[in-house]
Amino acid sequence: MSYDVAAVRRDFPILSRVVHGKPLVYLDNAATSQKPRQVIDALVKYYTEYNANIHRGVYLLSQEATEVYEQAREKVAKFINSPGFESIIFTRNTTEAINLVAYAWGRGNISAGDEIVLSGMEHHSNMVPWQLLAKERGATLRFVEVLDDGTLNIEQLYSLINGRTKLVAMTQMSNVLGTITPVEEIVRAAHDQGALCLIDGAQSAAHLPVDVQQLGCDFFAFSAHKMLGPTGVGVLYGRRELLEEMPPFLGGGDMIMSVSLREATWNDLPYKFEAGTPNIADVIAFGEAVDYLARLGMKNVRQHEKELTAYALAALGELGPDIRIFGPRHAEQKGGVISFEYGGIHPHDLGTALDYEGVAIRAGHHCAQPLMERLGVPATARASFYLYNTKEEVDVLVSALKKARAYFGDAVRTA
Amino acid sequence: MPLEQLDELYREIILDHYKSPRNRAVPAEANVKAEGKNPLCGDEITLEVRVEDGVVRDVGLQGKGCSISLSSGSMMTEAIKGKPLAEATALLAGFKELMRGHEPGVELGDLEALGGVRKFPVRVKCALLAWTTLEQGLKGHNKVG
Ligand SMILES: Cc1ncc(COP(=O)(O)O)c(C=O)c1O
Repeated sequence: MSYDVAAVRRDFPILSRVVHGKPLVYLDNAATSQKPRQVIDALVKYYTEYNANIHRGVYLLSQEATEVYEQAREKVAKFINSPGFESIIFTRNTTEAINLVAYAWGRGNISAGDEIVLSGMEHHSNMVPWQLLAKERGATLRFVEVLDDGTLNIEQLYSLINGRTKLVAMTQMSNVLGTITPVEEIVRAAHDQGALCLIDGAQSAAHLPVDVQQLGCDFFAFSAHKMLGPTGVGVLYGRRELLEEMPPFLGGGDMIMSVSLREATWNDLPYKFEAGTPNIADVIAFGEAVDYLARLGMKNVRQHEKELTAYALAALGELGPDIRIFGPRHAEQKGGVISFEYGGIHPHDLGTALDYEGVAIRAGHHCAQPLMERLGVPATARASFYLYNTKEEVDVLVSALKKARAYFGDAVRTA
Repeated sequence: MPLEQLDELYREIILDHYKSPRNRAVPAEANVKAEGKNPLCGDEITLEVRVEDGVVRDVGLQGKGCSISLSSGSMMTEAIKGKPLAEATALLAGFKELMRGHEPGVELGDLEALGGVRKFPVRVKCALLAWTTLEQGLKGHNKVG
């Protein structure tokens, strides 16, 4: 097998952009990915050739739009090996998908004294919805701690899950440390105690092969925009039996079977959870993104990123005692996300300096303030890779870091 | 080399204040204290001031932050120390105007060097942190006094 990264790059028009006179080196993929021409073309094609509302038109355009929209659902179902299209609900993003579960499932199933187990490395979007639910219901949140090496304390997980645990909600890949968590084991531990398990797949679905049946999870949430798709589309996979029993999340058009003045009956799955006109164009374009990933093969994507991450960890390590890398140090244990601190330079200053070298990285708390606290830093700089990044780009990152170090000098550790 | 374009933002005086911040000691008998936070970047500062007879007698600023927020704070301490409250408040208003891209309306001196921050919208908050903290502190003081 040979992975042709040069050919991949040619599919991404934005990668030929110049910023501040330098070729763009885009290393903020954990925030959002760039989009290939195929995805952009699909958006244009929908709006120029068959723009119409779906599921109700009796004319050709509407039928075409409905068909392509539903094909996208089928593609997504196949991509994560969902047993059926009924389990695939389109939302706006991961955040909305998790909130859907917190409202439609949580309000009916969580009561006073119940427990929800999370981890200390969750993104705010897999934390705040549970805080709201717990507060409203008098339930308790428990947290699996993050160990010094950036992995989860799985021993502790077993002691935290008990008969009162109703839900375990955890990420499959940290957006700060890149840590890949042992999801199958987490799911088993939850199920052994009769709890359900939700997986935040916002990072993992974009970078790892995902098979929801093999994982055994009850819910799996992810975002199109982090995996070559447009913004404005997320997915909630839910086990069919659970979705059948859950009340709707939002009420309105499209999600009903029949409506009288005082009540309504719900539409079938998955439409029960898709109230109102959905994001038709972007779902359709997301179908193209999924095709693109499937064509490359997620195993190959993972392999490419693993090699790149190993290369980057080594290259950054060579910067010496001045660099502090957070999280797992082996590419095997993590996705292509590297958080670091360098030369005592504030991440914002690093980010600005790197920008002038064309290198886009993230600086901040990455929507994971509790994790920042655990790491004992207010913020980190973060470089994150995707299927189009190259070793040469890692070299540019390293040399830009050296330049920034020279620019800001030594005396910056006063703070 | 593009890094040189950085000089527009990181003027020499800014880096100087960043590397050797002024007025870091807690003033004796401080009667104004305020804490400022910018959770987005994790910046946290503590400002303490001794106001006597309507004059900023002493001021101390501690904390962690990026070069822009720390140097802006350091320059602020120099600018307001020894000034009557009315003048300090005028500087505060003037600096805010500068950050909005307007004429400050007062003589800002070294602080003018921070004008380049305007072009980096996310960093304006950094530059303002010490100032909004001062504003908060003085509000409390005025209520008490
Ligand atoms: C692990 C993780 N969970 C959830 C989210 C939230 O995704 P979205 O903003 O698309 O809802 C992100 C995105 O930053 C993420 O990295």
